[in-house]
Amino acid sequence: MDYQLSQEQQMLVDMVRRFVREEICPLEEKLDPDAGEIHPQDSERLKEMTRKMGLYGLGIPPEFGGPDVDVTTQTLLAFEMAQHRAGLYNPCYNVFGGAGLAQLYEATEEQKEKYLYPVLRGEKTSFFGLTEPSGGSDPGRAIQTRAVQDGDDWVLNGAKIFISGADHADFGILFARTSEDKTRNGVTCFIVDTDMPGFHVRRVVHTLRSTKYATEIQIENLRVPKENILGELNKGFAIANDRLSRYRIPYAAGCIGVAMRAQEMAIDYVKIRETFGGLLASRQAIQWMIVDNEMDIRTARHVCLEAAQKADRGDDFRTEAAMAKLLGSEAGGRVVDRVMQIHGGYGMTKDLPLERWYREMRIRRIGEGPSEVQRLVMARNLIGGSFH
Amino acid sequence: MSIRLDKPLQALTAENLEPVQGQLGVYQLADASGKVFYIGYAGGRSLFGLHGELKREMDSHRGQDIQFRCEVNQQYISRYEELLMLHKVDFGELPERVLREYPYQIGTLSPDN
Repeated sequence: MDYQLSQEQQMLVDMVRRFVREEICPLEEKLDPDAGEIHPQDSERLKEMTRKMGLYGLGIPPEFGGPDVDVTTQTLLAFEMAQHRAGLYNPCYNVFGGAGLAQLYEATEEQKEKYLYPVLRGEKTSFFGLTEPSGGSDPGRAIQTRAVQDGDDWVLNGAKIFISGADHADFGILFARTSEDKTRNGVTCFIVDTDMPGFHVRRVVHTLRSTKYATEIQIENLRVPKENILGELNKGFAIANDRLSRYRIPYAAGCIGVAMRAQEMAIDYVKIRETFGGLLASRQAIQWMIVDNEMDIRTARHVCLEAAQKADRGDDFRTEAAMAKLLGSEAGGRVVDRVMQIHGGYGMTKDLPLERWYREMRIRRIGEGPSEVQRLVMARNLIGGSFH
Repeated sequence: MSIRLDKPLQALTAENLEPVQGQLGVYQLADASGKVFYIGYAGGRSLFGLHGELKREMDSHRGQDIQFRCEVNQQYISRYEELLMLHKVDFGELPERVLREYPYQIGTLSPDN
């Protein structure tokens, strides 16, 4: 497989790299090391720049007004966008715009008018409510939130946890059990406005992550009109699953981008830091760490781009996406850990971005499906059937 | 489990500040009646952490009868935003100084206690 970048891809990569280094990183010098946002005025100014670059709304399909950029190029750019302190969970502070909930592209025209288009115009924000206290890795079976039909409405009761952005959102999509079937076949997806009576964001769930904290939601007799069912009744899991597969590629790319930047920091540092009368760069123990980093990065990057290329070709990319997610998150963790080791005491401080990446990278092995679930997905695809 | 910062307020004096260390965390300032008029945090760029931030507050409010309480917390950003949301739930609006200093939108919580 040839991963030589086309002239256009190289130009875009260079442009985004310059943008991150010249526009994003200098702002971070003045922010708290754990900050999750830039000043709204800076955000607007930078969004204007990304619009002029023709890259605003990168994940939005062209038929909905997004730039016509393939998944492979988006992945190459995602490597770059993550290369700053907040880059893992808030790449470029969202100044390249969000694509909104991918599931809404499959919504009815009426639902699109009410929910999708306002999101694309930046007027509304949303959340994705799948995980419950009973589990997140096997949502088809773990979902205990129930929806019962009452006339033209559905009445929902239950709880969701680790939901990002629910406290800021205007609406979200919630998955609830709508039949006695205890498997994934009895789950339906509902669009829920956060000002509907019975919708409560009970608390912030504090984690290792510094930005985009998670929340816990309680749903008490939340009455939702039947028009707010997204997709088909009892077929909501397919909607959830689709997102889980698609999102694994950019999720992996974020980890790899941070690892690339950490490696660059390490290489710069070992050339100037002296110990026992010699540069760190001359120490074999350090050289091997740098080499191990490079092998980790290149392996993960290769698989991530393979997944992206398969997605572009319209091939089944589930195995490659799961592999990319697993490799990216685990390799990213190892690379950041080694780079902290190379930096010694400074690596532990908030003066450098490494300690934040170290904390946040740990979550990446769990979020969007833990490594063990990625292996399960790959095993199913490789062996076929359900041998469990 | 209460998610509010509800430990007793203390007078913001040098003596009461002495046991407060240079850790990361959040704090509230209140007037003599106990009304919270500011919520802040000691983050990664705060010199001497909570101690430094509270000493700065004490110096800038010299001669005023104010109280404080604080919480050591490594997750000071999300805890700070949670305290802002709780303040809004309890009092309907954010403290005036927070509104001036904090340009970001805050979320909406509906805690059950």
